[in-house]
Amino acid sequence: MRVADKGLIDRSRPVRFLFDGTAYDGFAGDTLASALLANDVRLVGRSFKYHRPRGILTAGSEEPNALVTVGRGAGAEPNVRATVQEIHAGLEARSQNRWPNLSLDVMAINDLAAPFLGAGFYYKTFMWPSQFWEKLYEPVIRRAAGLGALSGRNNPDKYERAYAFCDLLVIGAGPAGLMAALLAARAGADVILADEDSRMGGRLLAETDEIDGKPGAAWVDAVLAELGALDNVRLMSRTTVTGAYDSGTFGALERVGHHVAARPATLPLETFWRIVAKRSILASGALERPVAFRNNDRPGIMTAGAVRAYLNRWGVAPGQKVTVFGNTDDIHRTAHDLLAAGVHVAGVIDSRHDAPDSSDFRVFKGAMVSNSSGRRGLDSITIRSVAGEDRLATDCLAMSGGWNPTVHLSCHMNGRPVWREDILAFVPAADTVPGTAVAGACNGAFSTAACLREGAQAATAALQALDRAVPDVPLPHSEDAPYRIAPLWAVPGRGRAWLDFQNDVCVKDVKQAAQENFRSVEHMKRYTTQGMATDQGKNSNVAALAILADATGRSIPGTGTTTFRPPFSPVSIAAMGAEAQGKGFAPERFTTSHAASVERNAPMIEAGLWYRPSYFPAPGETTWRQSCDREVGMVRNSVGICDVSTLGKIDIQGPDAAALLDFVYANTFSTLKVGRTRYGLMLREDGHVMDDGTTARLGEHHFLMTTTTAAAGQVMRHLDFAHQGLRPDLDVAMTSVTEQWAQFAITGPKSRELLNGLLDAELTDADWPFMACGAVSVAGVDGRLFRISFSGEHAYELAVPSRYGDSLFRTLVARAETMGGGAYGMEALNVLRIEKGFITHAEIHGRTTAFDIGMERMVASGKDCIGKTMSRREGLSGAQREQLVGLKPVGAVRQLSAGAYLFQADDDPVRVNEQGYVTSVAYSPTLGQMLALAFLKDGRARHGQKIRMVDHLRELDALCEVVDPVFFDPDGGRARG
Amino acid sequence: MRIICPICGARDRREYYYQGDAVALQRPAPDAGEAAWDAYLHLRDNPAGVTRDLWYHEAGCGSWVVVTRNTVTHEVQDTVLAAPVNADNAP
Amino acid sequence: MRFSGLKLLKEGLTGNRGWEPHWRDPEPANEYDIVIIGGGGHGLSTAYYLAREHGLTNVAVLEKGYIGGGNVGRNTTIVRANYFLQGNSEFYSHSMKLWEGLESDLNYNVMMSQRGLINLFHSDGQRDAFARRGNAMINQGDDAVLLDRDAVRKYLPYLDFDNGRFPVYGGLLHPRGGTARHDAVAWGYARGADQRGVDIIQNCEVTGIDIENGAVKGVQTTRGAIRARKVGIVVAGRSGQVAAMAGMRLPIESHVLQAFVTEGLKPVIDHVVSFGMGHFYISQSDKGGLVFGGDLDMYSSYAARGNLPMVEHVMEAGMTLMPMIGKARVLRSWGGVMDMTPDGSPIIDKTHIDGLYVDCGWCYGGFKAVPASGNCFAHLLATDRHHGAATGFRLDRFRSGRGLMDEEGTGAQHNLH
Repeated sequence: MRVADKGLIDRSRPVRFLFDGTAYDGFAGDTLASALLANDVRLVGRSFKYHRPRGILTAGSEEPNALVTVGRGAGAEPNVRATVQEIHAGLEARSQNRWPNLSLDVMAINDLAAPFLGAGFYYKTFMWPSQFWEKLYEPVIRRAAGLGALSGRNNPDKYERAYAFCDLLVIGAGPAGLMAALLAARAGADVILADEDSRMGGRLLAETDEIDGKPGAAWVDAVLAELGALDNVRLMSRTTVTGAYDSGTFGALERVGHHVAARPATLPLETFWRIVAKRSILASGALERPVAFRNNDRPGIMTAGAVRAYLNRWGVAPGQKVTVFGNTDDIHRTAHDLLAAGVHVAGVIDSRHDAPDSSDFRVFKGAMVSNSSGRRGLDSITIRSVAGEDRLATDCLAMSGGWNPTVHLSCHMNGRPVWREDILAFVPAADTVPGTAVAGACNGAFSTAACLREGAQAATAALQALDRAVPDVPLPHSEDAPYRIAPLWAVPGRGRAWLDFQNDVCVKDVKQAAQENFRSVEHMKRYTTQGMATDQGKNSNVAALAILADATGRSIPGTGTTTFRPPFSPVSIAAMGAEAQGKGFAPERFTTSHAASVERNAPMIEAGLWYRPSYFPAPGETTWRQSCDREVGMVRNSVGICDVSTLGKIDIQGPDAAALLDFVYANTFSTLKVGRTRYGLMLREDGHVMDDGTTARLGEHHFLMTTTTAAAGQVMRHLDFAHQGLRPDLDVAMTSVTEQWAQFAITGPKSRELLNGLLDAELTDADWPFMACGAVSVAGVDGRLFRISFSGEHAYELAVPSRYGDSLFRTLVARAETMGGGAYGMEALNVLRIEKGFITHAEIHGRTTAFDIGMERMVASGKDCIGKTMSRREGLSGAQREQLVGLKPVGAVRQLSAGAYLFQADDDPVRVNEQGYVTSVAYSPTLGQMLALAFLKDGRARHGQKIRMVDHLRELDALCEVVDPVFFDPDGGRARG
Repeated sequence: MRIICPICGARDRREYYYQGDAVALQRPAPDAGEAAWDAYLHLRDNPAGVTRDLWYHEAGCGSWVVVTRNTVTHEVQDTVLAAPVNADNAP
Repeated sequence: MRFSGLKLLKEGLTGNRGWEPHWRDPEPANEYDIVIIGGGGHGLSTAYYLAREHGLTNVAVLEKGYIGGGNVGRNTTIVRANYFLQGNSEFYSHSMKLWEGLESDLNYNVMMSQRGLINLFHSDGQRDAFARRGNAMINQGDDAVLLDRDAVRKYLPYLDFDNGRFPVYGGLLHPRGGTARHDAVAWGYARGADQRGVDIIQNCEVTGIDIENGAVKGVQTTRGAIRARKVGIVVAGRSGQVAAMAGMRLPIESHVLQAFVTEGLKPVIDHVVSFGMGHFYISQSDKGGLVFGGDLDMYSSYAARGNLPMVEHVMEAGMTLMPMIGKARVLRSWGGVMDMTPDGSPIIDKTHIDGLYVDCGWCYGGFKAVPASGNCFAHLLATDRHHGAATGFRLDRFRSGRGLMDEEGTGAQHNLH
């Protein structure tokens, strides 16, 4: 029910919204919760386990009951707190976890079975028959569990991430945070003030206290006006600081678009911030705790602070006949506020025998609420005192068990809060987050004056730490009432008294856990699910702890606490992973020939982060194999063009360049002549093969190393480590030039013919023998030419600065096509190298040694190199090792497959009989059969033997002959010739 | 987590590659024996407390940095280049 | 006390007053045949199998905090037997068989749910690697099915097949893979061990290991000295510290691995899905939370908490693979401390000290290993011989290079596995 003349809502701006299909009216400034309460909607949700009817309990993000789904279609968002969601035109919200509707939920039958569904019941049953778990029990449990539902469709909304840096981050814009920010702002520090609420001010918006004789909200407005006008201050409302991390880094979620009607597509729904702050002040306030009593979960029963917030901030009376129950003076304040607003207060039940009197309402001293009744909402309570039990009609009970400082962020770096007996609550321990001070209610200072004071003190300390002058800012005058509290955790008695409302954990569950020896607070939590709901125990943990302490005969601090972990309040995956959806997950790297390849209809496939052409379909070709076979034939018989720019290129210069290469390569490079290229094998320090490639000596002190595409980054890192970390004495400098050069393989018997006429100077065999390298000029452009081959053919690689890559590729392909050749892709490249027994990372997969691939003699004996010593370990060579071999099918089955295992022909294909495995296969159009590269135990000694290849997955069982891995042109004459 | 690169200044952890214990800088002689090499490559003090480890400023200047750091609190106490900066190369 | 539906019914009708402690809290005795340091999943299952299979019940499990408080209670609950290297294959296969009989064995519902695990691949090369893995699984007697893109689409229609950065080529389905309720595994083993006479002693931190003449004699604890003929160290996450008490250095570096759970949601992900290109794996718990994780934070740490770069990377992977989870909200993140070894495989072995044994180095795959690790470690402790399914997990393999089990192929850098 709306109360006249109260609240900070804008009554000139009515807003219509839908809840469960019914249209309601509220005002700008309303949350969904305040607007529903204004419309006397009390039933808003169902609990998790018992499907109990539930109403709004709180006025903040800690709300455990009023979770709704907002929107429809792909963008429907489940589990939105009605207490946080601001209403806007077109807002459509639905209740959750009920069927067929909120008031008639058939799963509410669970409530009747509650005696059998207590703590940990599922650990004790559903075990027989065993196959019924997956088939019957679990599906039923899964369907019953869960809260809202995802749409199951791709997220359609925009999310963003951003960084921010500041001198001082102030978390929470209540009196303490505002005071701190004001002081720091006037000192000229870069300040970020972040607050979860849509409107800054904290409890000052929810209470009637005055500051300097003005309403609290007016003081807030004045401070915000000053801060907002300063360039050195960033005000971030609707921004929850979600986590505290190392080195002053905080995560924060800003709700940018949830409150905007007809949100433009360019506006993100949420932005996830990483804020790096030199200092920070945690002024996150406190959260009120409910009291556990029988049936305390009925709609209409709310925290007292929430009742005051709805009344004072939103002008809503949550009931017409309100009762108040608790153990602090706050409940009297609640009654006074209600009375002042013209709401009937039926009674104040104060558990303290020394409760203050009132002439305005009836006070039950030393009394407790022991039960509630009402069908889908509260209609009466039972009051128990020494005088006996009374029933009192009421439609809203405001309860308070005291306040818990919002310590969560102070625990994110493993800090443990400390217990304060005077306020019966935990407060942050000192210095749990380096550079962060705690102020205000978060620090257990519950009066406005104390909050202002502590905010100023924390800011002063932060400014001093930042070496800034502290301005003189007088503290405004405000209430400074002491906080008096008596223990009130659970009202004794029969029945179920709720602690964790959402997860349906009751006092008896905690007691049962203790009885079953789940006495550690962590055991109790995990056994009962207490504190594991969406509020992460914000409403219930301390009370549950008190009950566990009582049940196990320990003190509350002696019982310990569970750990608060990030995020403070839940954060969407889409926000923290913003912009990764679709292609944004990883960079896309394109070669200079990309456009030309796509124009030729080449399917582009991922090669690490790069895209490379799979094959170039010619007219009439309908399968990749047709294209691939043609391209292989082209290379073997005429000339093919392939972009090899993705291979890593590292430019190495300096007097000691050769010495460094000798150190990082297994073989020797100092003996390489200028103008020559050599294949190099690189080992990891553990003696296994890291990578391979060719390195060209362009000058006495100048080398160009090539790495595989996959290992380019790893090798660069490795070289830098070898130099800086192990051989800083070497005078050498290195840089990656992978992206600076476009490089193309010109491969095949007609490759020289193609280049002659294109290059500005003629190539001759004498000047350009196999493995030669050097500078060339291409149409006046300085380039580099390498006579190297990954196909076994007479071949070159021609490199030009990247800006000429597109043009050169087109020119090369056009020339090749006039000679019966053309472009070839990855498929043909792979076939060509398999025919020649050349290895890739399919073979050097990190577990192979130089011995395994038949290159142990390349590990030069006359010098040390990385990996040499460990490669000599007994386990890294010998007949027990699987060694690289070739396989050819010789039985009825001609098909081979990579990933298949090898067995003796007569053995069962089971693990203990494994002899090796296949790494690469290809159909060789050159040889007219399938070929495979494989690793086989003692394989080099088994050439000529028969071996059985079994691929269970593809149902292949083929007899093969073990052969040398070089299938084609074994003496290499074609490449040299 | 932020780490001060001796060349570039304080940078986010995202810019760095982590390798492991800075023992990697004390490479044994080739003939130091199996035990020394096993210790170098495999065995670790792995302290719950202050450790020295190697980070590579991969998305920055390409420096290998020795970071003195607490493995329990993640406090970064000190950072130095793995290789002393060659004074002759300074501008 | 035997648990059953009938027992639950009877207790429900009589006010649930008859439930008994799942395990006792005994005072430590002066001496045991075997002392197990560490009351996590592996330590508790070791104790259980010592009692059940070897009749050794004069056994104590010493736990410095509360049992199950380490990685068994902070993982993503995945159970699988999909390794391909000899040594690992037979071990995880053995573990899977133990998982499959665990509930009736323990009389405790650990909610082992074989909902199927799908490893996605995104290139021809990855397909070949997964084919090898699948074939190795079948060689071992386990199950594997190679799915093409269309088959994956039938199982996981919610993946972003059209726009994802790394297109889905197919997947390797491991039908027997799934999840289990992690805490219950620790509790079930504890109850089973306790029922057979093992003393589970919580809040008892080992502060020293007594060694005389090269043989272990017992341990010093915060609750006094305890003599023992044999001592097993099963303290993943703290292995280095405890081994140091015996003067040993281990081939282990400790790293933090984060994991995440969202708010409860109605069922939407039926399988365990693993996305290697993004180091991302996800399943949905019976309570409805999406449980997922990624790679290590990558720096050595004992903090049991991580930082945002990996948090965000995991979320990014989820968003490119299955953008329908975008509106699920992460409720909680946590970190576990992982024993990372130079080849990514564990150690179950004797040490050079007589009577001192170690079970460690589980990297971030320890949860699924809990049954077999305990089973095989108990075998070693009881018989001084390696169990047939765990002959490969030797301490000396790094030194000799013989029998390395580097499934990732990333070499002797601890954090890369």
